[in-house]
Amino acid sequence: MIWTTILMAFREIKRNPMRSSLTMLGIIIGVASVIIMVALGRGAAFKITSDISSMGTNLLIATPGSERHGPTASAAQPFKQDDVRIMLRELGSVAEVAPAGSLGALLVNGNLNWSSTVTGSTNAYFQIRAFSFELGERFSDAQLQSGAAVCVLGATVRTKLFGTQNPIGSSIRIAKVNCAVVGVTRPKGQSSFGMDQDDFVLVPLATFQRRITGSTDVGVIFLSAHDGKQISKVKSQVAALLRERRRIAPGAMPDFNVQSMEEITATLGTVTNALIALLGAIAAVSLLVGGIGIMNIMLVSVTERTREIGIRLSIGARGREVLFQFLVEAMALSGLGGIMGILLGLLVSYVAARLMHLPFSLVPDMVVISFLFSASVGIIFGYLPARKASRLNPIEALRHE
Amino acid sequence: MSPKATALVELQDLTKIYGSGESEVRALAGVSFRIDPGEFVAVMGASGSGKSTCLNMLGCLDSATSGRYLFCGLDVGTLSIDQLALLRRNYLGFVFQGYNLLARTSALENVELPLVYRRVPAAERQQSAIQALQDVGLGDRMHHVPSELSGGQQQRVAIARAIVTSPQMLLADEPTGNLDSARKVEIMKLLQKLNQDRKITIVMVTHETDMAAFATRTLHFKDGLIERDLVSEKVSA
Repeated sequence: MIWTTILMAFREIKRNPMRSSLTMLGIIIGVASVIIMVALGRGAAFKITSDISSMGTNLLIATPGSERHGPTASAAQPFKQDDVRIMLRELGSVAEVAPAGSLGALLVNGNLNWSSTVTGSTNAYFQIRAFSFELGERFSDAQLQSGAAVCVLGATVRTKLFGTQNPIGSSIRIAKVNCAVVGVTRPKGQSSFGMDQDDFVLVPLATFQRRITGSTDVGVIFLSAHDGKQISKVKSQVAALLRERRRIAPGAMPDFNVQSMEEITATLGTVTNALIALLGAIAAVSLLVGGIGIMNIMLVSVTERTREIGIRLSIGARGREVLFQFLVEAMALSGLGGIMGILLGLLVSYVAARLMHLPFSLVPDMVVISFLFSASVGIIFGYLPARKASRLNPIEALRHE
Repeated sequence: MSPKATALVELQDLTKIYGSGESEVRALAGVSFRIDPGEFVAVMGASGSGKSTCLNMLGCLDSATSGRYLFCGLDVGTLSIDQLALLRRNYLGFVFQGYNLLARTSALENVELPLVYRRVPAAERQQSAIQALQDVGLGDRMHHVPSELSGGQQQRVAIARAIVTSPQMLLADEPTGNLDSARKVEIMKLLQKLNQDRKITIVMVTHETDMAAFATRTLHFKDGLIERDLVSEKVSA
């Protein structure tokens, strides 16, 4: 009986191909958009997280200024050169420490110039930020200590100032200081925040302090923990040391901030999840609209087929059997639309992911959820018309033209 | 006629009133009769005489305002809507003036429909439906849809659908109303044959005396009451 009813439902759908496909279109679009939104959202989230971990998951960043009051670095006391030395000596869990300062600067090579960021740091910077060299090499100890006028170019800066030429041995002018190029890093590409990670020029910290800013302050400290160390533990050790160094009373708010990449990832994860949920909710509304479309068509169908219902009742169909028939029909419509929507959604999100250079993530849970959702749309929105059909008076139904 | 222990159908002072107050219509104003198994009863009368209402009552499609309707001794008035549906499913067959076949559905599937509701397995269902279509002379038209069939053929499909369940009683509402005279006679002969060969009790509403002449008994309705109840002396053939 159930099987016969399902067959009957599909025959009825086939009988009105135009009407059926238009009805299903609502569900198809609804289901497809839910899948596309969630798949792309998750793809983007995954890319952001993997980009951040490409920066190093064991990375910690210490900046002056309290977390609560936002970027008040100017008011807060900057870090000192000694802080870095003591961190390296005292904290066994810390692998590398790179004190750094940076400034926007105009870079000039002959008649070419480019506005970029000049960062002063040590060789540890390359390790912590996972930069490898394409040409040349890192700074020598002598260059680092003496504050020699040398620099390493990011891939973008190299292209802007030298094109395809080999820049090693040439010099560029960085804020009035002529620096010899000793190395070029391998490109890392665009980060997920739309920031070009290769748009920088690095000089020894001593060079930066003496020749460019004229101050021995350290603006930011990058640290990397030893592999296998718990980042949160390392982070609290760093914070404790800095509190002591900066003489902050126990319980008082620190005037600096230590952040791990993990925390940044987690924060971003929360944001992207909220975004995915929002997109999904918008898409779900279109599914709802599709469901109302089904209800509309089923109501029309009941009216159109009043006579058929009369015939069925007169030959002995019970109300519940007529109800069941129309429910199955609505479910078949929405189920079929759901399957097509899933296929369309997966196809579109696959193509879109390729075009947007996002990883394509198959979302099995969303496929199941949206299929169940569309089938229940069939039940919910099919029920009212089906009940109407089942309550028809057979005599009046038979008289219906 | 010799009275039997249990009539197939017995109406006792049955009334049906539509509407209320000023617009009240007494479609049936207290009707009593019985029909015994094997009878072929023609129900005649002007329009509005109550004959169609009476047929709807007999077919358990409508409930009486007062009085009793006993079907094989069972008081139909006490049954629920679902029980009435089951009674129709298992004991009654219907033939309508407008054929009332499912459109865009083959003759075979139309005839199988009552068996679907009886939960008859597919193979057996098809076999019974083919047999019924052969019985009405449509063995070669089984896969045609109604729009490909003539009026007479459609009515034959409807009759096949009504008899495929071997009902106790076949109710026909102006079965020849939409047909030309040659087809009318064909259909009447078919009904007569079913009545004689398979002993199916038939109650047929008609307004044509020629058609009523095929029946063994004629009930004349007027103003919601039976005016005459005649057993035919000579039946058309």
